[in-house]
Amino acid sequence: MEATVTTANSEEKTWGGGNEPMGASYGKLMMWFFIVSDALTFSGFLAAYGFSRFKFIETWPLADEVFTHFPFLHGVSAPMYYVALMTFILIFSSVTMVLAVDAGHQMKKDKVVLYMFLTIIGGFIFVGSQAWEWKNFIKGEYGAIETKGGSLLQFVDKDGKRVALADFAVTLPEEREQLKRNKAKWFMEEGELPSYSVAEVQAGFKAHPDLLIRTEIVNANKQKTILSRKESETRLSQAHYVVEGANLIRNEYGSKLFADFFFFITGFHGFHVFSGVIINIIIFFNVLLGTYDKRKSYEMVEKVGLYWHFVDLVWVFVFTVFYLV
Amino acid sequence: MSHEHASNVGRIWKVFGILSAVTILEVFLGIFKPEALHMNSLMGMNLLNWIFYLLTIYKAYYIVWAFMHMEGEKSSLRNAVVFPLIFLILYILFIFLTEGDYIYEVFKNSTIKWNF
Repeated sequence: MEATVTTANSEEKTWGGGNEPMGASYGKLMMWFFIVSDALTFSGFLAAYGFSRFKFIETWPLADEVFTHFPFLHGVSAPMYYVALMTFILIFSSVTMVLAVDAGHQMKKDKVVLYMFLTIIGGFIFVGSQAWEWKNFIKGEYGAIETKGGSLLQFVDKDGKRVALADFAVTLPEEREQLKRNKAKWFMEEGELPSYSVAEVQAGFKAHPDLLIRTEIVNANKQKTILSRKESETRLSQAHYVVEGANLIRNEYGSKLFADFFFFITGFHGFHVFSGVIINIIIFFNVLLGTYDKRKSYEMVEKVGLYWHFVDLVWVFVFTVFYLV
Repeated sequence: MSHEHASNVGRIWKVFGILSAVTILEVFLGIFKPEALHMNSLMGMNLLNWIFYLLTIYKAYYIVWAFMHMEGEKSSLRNAVVFPLIFLILYILFIFLTEGDYIYEVFKNSTIKWNF
């Protein structure tokens, strides 16, 4: 007990060898230092994202065209609403956490139990929402074409509205079977094939004279550039690969690094939320068992609270950097 | 341990209100993108993004100060946490973003071609 809560000698001079330098107990101080180092880790990631974005500033995907899904609203373009909801859930779970800490200060066990429970539920909802967001991101909506040079071409109609590959690609009498290990040597295999081949997309494009190609280039109006029909045909002749959805190699939204950073940074944050939920559950059971009641201090709740708020804090920045800016 | 144990539930809800209002404002601006803000830039960044970053820091301040109870800590702890972060983050942003912009210029203006 003396190891987890320090009570003696806290009146000594802070730098005179008292056991609570800076007026914070050992555990709290270490949690703060951990948070500082973790904050620097996240800053490094976000700075790396900024680096890559500045490097491809003219071709970076526009976030409000990428994240447009909302549960139960199929086919409705709802940019930002879902992620705003996620932000609310996380902020609210931060509120219940700080209420739990507050109740702990007053040694009200029942209230601590209730608020910690709500915090855990909020954490699970957030992680679940993020999984749903990932699912949509990975699945994609429209599909795109990658050229030999590695740039990405998307399809739009006359009004500039996005058109999915499935809406115009033809089916050609050609079969291309996925290479699997059981059909070849053990080290020979390839990933899942796209639903359409390059030739099928090209033929479909020829059959629909209304279609145009949209490049990755952001123009002066901060919109993606749409090519004329003639330019579109030239660009499409250099097609090399059909991209559907997103993975770590390529994605239908634009710059390859965009999806990599999205997966890495939101994934790393999601991992923090998940471990936060686990830690909260452990502390929740300790509260239930009366551990902190016997210890006469709910400081442990305060420490996990610090971590939980930090996770919320990081999300505030991830939200801005990935979805708003 | 030496903090007074008065409840500050009222303040918690107030901060929740502020954070929610700021988030709603951000989402509103993000969806409608007012032209006057989106198309005018200040020091290489458009005004809308400036607003987003300022609001983010505003939210971060409330989370750290109210929820993490930084306002109740000794100033030595406050400074030990906040100043290294501010300094190191500004520094890493400065070098990374400058370098990223430099590479963009190289792709754009020199013989190295990215898009073909």
